Amino acid sequence: MAKSIDVSDLNIYYSDFLAVEGVNMTIKARSVTALIGPSGCGKSTFLRTLNRMHEVIPGARVEGKVMVGGQSLYDSDVDPVEVRRMVGMVFQRPNPFPTMSIYENVLAGVRLNSKRISKSDADALVEKSLQGANLWNEVKERLNKPGMGLSGGQQQRLCIARAIAVEPEILLMDEPCSALDPISTSAVEDLIHELKEQYTIVIVTHNMQQAARVSEDTAFFNLAATGKPGKLIEMNPTKKIFSVPDEEATEAYISGRFG
Amino acid sequence: MSTTTTKSGSPKRRLGDLVFANLTRGAGLIILVALAGVAVFLTLEGAPAFSAGPNDLGGKSNLLAYVAPLVFGTLLAAVIALLIAVPLALGVALSISHYAPKRIASVIGYLVDLLAAVPSVVYGLWGIGFLGPKMVPIYEWLAEHLSWIPFFAGPASNTGRTIFTASIVLALMVLPIVTAITREIFAQTPRLNEEAALALGATRWEMIRMAVLPYGRSGIVSAAMLGLGRALGETMAVALVLSASGVVTFNLISSTNPSTIAANIALTFAESNGLARNALIASGLVLFVITFVVNFSARAIVARYEPGSKK
Amino acid sequence: MTTELSAPPTSKPLRSIKQPRLPKQAPLIAVAVAVAAGALLGLSLGWGLAPIVVLAGLLYVIGLTVWSRIVETPRAATDRLITSLVWVSLIIALIPLVSLLTTVITKGAPAITGTFLSTSMRGVISGPGGINHAIIGTLLITLGATVMAVPIGLLTAVYLVEYGQGSRLAGAIRFLIDVMTGIPSIVAGLFAYALFSLILGPGTFFGFGGSVALTILMIPIVVRSSEEMLKLVPSDLREASYALGVPKWRTILKVVVPTAMAGIITGITLAIARVIGETAPLVIAAGVTDSINTNLFSGQMTSLPVFVYNSYSNPGSEVDVAVQMAWGAALVLIVIVMGLNILARVLGKILSPKTGH
Repeated sequence: MAKSIDVSDLNIYYSDFLAVEGVNMTIKARSVTALIGPSGCGKSTFLRTLNRMHEVIPGARVEGKVMVGGQSLYDSDVDPVEVRRMVGMVFQRPNPFPTMSIYENVLAGVRLNSKRISKSDADALVEKSLQGANLWNEVKERLNKPGMGLSGGQQQRLCIARAIAVEPEILLMDEPCSALDPISTSAVEDLIHELKEQYTIVIVTHNMQQAARVSEDTAFFNLAATGKPGKLIEMNPTKKIFSVPDEEATEAYISGRFG
Repeated sequence: MSTTTTKSGSPKRRLGDLVFANLTRGAGLIILVALAGVAVFLTLEGAPAFSAGPNDLGGKSNLLAYVAPLVFGTLLAAVIALLIAVPLALGVALSISHYAPKRIASVIGYLVDLLAAVPSVVYGLWGIGFLGPKMVPIYEWLAEHLSWIPFFAGPASNTGRTIFTASIVLALMVLPIVTAITREIFAQTPRLNEEAALALGATRWEMIRMAVLPYGRSGIVSAAMLGLGRALGETMAVALVLSASGVVTFNLISSTNPSTIAANIALTFAESNGLARNALIASGLVLFVITFVVNFSARAIVARYEPGSKK
Repeated sequence: MTTELSAPPTSKPLRSIKQPRLPKQAPLIAVAVAVAAGALLGLSLGWGLAPIVVLAGLLYVIGLTVWSRIVETPRAATDRLITSLVWVSLIIALIPLVSLLTTVITKGAPAITGTFLSTSMRGVISGPGGINHAIIGTLLITLGATVMAVPIGLLTAVYLVEYGQGSRLAGAIRFLIDVMTGIPSIVAGLFAYALFSLILGPGTFFGFGGSVALTILMIPIVVRSSEEMLKLVPSDLREASYALGVPKWRTILKVVVPTAMAGIITGITLAIARVIGETAPLVIAAGVTDSINTNLFSGQMTSLPVFVYNSYSNPGSEVDVAVQMAWGAALVLIVIVMGLNILARVLGKILSPKTGH
């Protein structure tokens, strides 16, 4: 069910400001690809163009091509709503719906498309998704409690469960662990390992150890100066990036000389 | 006293602080006294009306029988106004917070503020001089075709000065208040929750239903109640528009209409004297209590459910 | 784990993200078609403008939804329906505003002449008189209210922000001020009347009574806006002043209040704009007269809103003349209120760069 992603000559704008320039990249199916780089280099911006969440911001637009499993995301007859069902997203800070129970949070996306889902189907889907997010055992006794009552790490895994409940092909993660403590982070990282059996995962991270731990491939973004557009500097297998990168800038960033 | 002044300093310094601190506190106390004064003086001047007879009460045997139909009319007009105003206000608030581009949204916001700035007597003038006559054909149509519904029993008023017209004018006056509060709350919806909904593949409306409306629920309720408070107490628009005869009826389109407390006071105060005037003040006290309870509940709802967003 | 729930991943066909979509200009096309169809049908049946507009609006909302339902998904159709309803509700809300302003201007403008503004109604037996007495009355009564409400309101705001933080009294005052915002204006008028009837004897109508009633209405607005502005003053400024050994009360008077001054003045101007159009309390407390009265403390005093109300509801023998004067006075009143609103914005802009940062 997982798909690969092909990006060609992608320019990303906020109104007239060119934020990211000329990205070409291929993201392999059923693997984890990490996006790293200094703050403001456009890695999160780039991530949001992969499910058309970028255009939610007024004035934001893109040029170029993003192909997912052979379908172009930015063709004129493409419905962004459908794109977002195919490409799920997990955000930097956990964001369960505050007024919904754990159970309803998991079903939130599914309810949009199939209003008449039977109770038994719903129960099964909630269990399957929470199992998939490694959260089932912790919450099965209190499914009808508010999602906000969980710990930060549990909330983030609830958001992952919510995202995989709609059966996407791809999962985007925007610094999913940056708001979590080390134990929760480790739980989420374990989960990412399991999820890549089924999903193509793209993860933005500030933490290079995390990139090294979870990803097969790593893409390094950088920008020449503040106010200049961000660029993809190098993309290679993670092992190579962290040992013998092609570019000097990558080497400098990874060894901690800047950023 | 020691809690409200600064802790240390020479006696001279402390004198200045003491005087100023107590001056400001005195001003606050004046406000409490004034609010209590409103209740006390209305009670003092309204109380004699309990002994009033039919001569001073427009033919009604006692004060209760005099006030009850007015309370009915007040509630009827305010509730209809709210039924019109709240859906419209939600639409306008959403257009400002989630639909219109930023620049247009600020223009809309300005126009709504303009609506709030128009004096009530001008609304009344517009209601009687423009809206009323325009409504006559509609009332005639309703009376002809839908008279089996009690609200439209007819016969249709030929001036348009009905309780329904008055309610429309009230709705316009309430609209800016409800809009201002709800748009503020909608704009505060956490961006994270909105993006979560969109990322799950929600359309704009589904996003609003999943993230914006649940977040603003208690705010919408209290905005509606504050609007209700305003509609209950509004005087001039109703006094000018309504051709009131003080009956109790649900017929919205005829020329015999219930009156409201506020309009009744404005219309008859100057010509009345003695106990009749006391009766009017007593009815004003009833209005004060009703609006106080409504506003109190609205504020309590805001305070309880959204301590963070309370100003 | 159940696998029956959905088709197994491998056998699932590629999910298409392409949906048949309406063209981008679909709403505009729908508006054009709805207006054309509405006009055609309406004109052929001999309808007026208003029913045609209503018909066109209905056609638009229903037409676009049905079109979307046929071509797109039911969810997209619902989304379009709500979007249409949001815009329609906005238009419905703005039509009365436009109608109100144009009505007041077209009906009021012919009444406005030099004599209209410069003479009173004293001794006018036939023909139009003037509203000079009402303008003077409005200005004096509002001035009286401002003189009372501004010091009380401002000092209370200072108390709430600077002295009363966390105290129960401040909590009570803040809450009651919230509630006070909702006092019906006619109740404020009754209060002023009842107060002075008990002190000065029944049947006392004078300008000052009106001022007291307006003060009740004005205080909560002044307190709320001033409080907001004082809260915005950064506490660094206060601390810097304390560190220089300036006592608290002088810090407040010399640093805090001047810093917030732009916002406070804007708030006061808006409060004046709000109460200057009040009618009901003045009908009750200040009464009506045809002559100029410049003494707030003696004799009845007419204000502009009360003049509008009276001319329309008690037009006398020459109804047309009285009604036209009512519209003229309403126009003057609106100009004053709008002028104050604009003044508030301008003052806020002019004053803030000097004191803000």
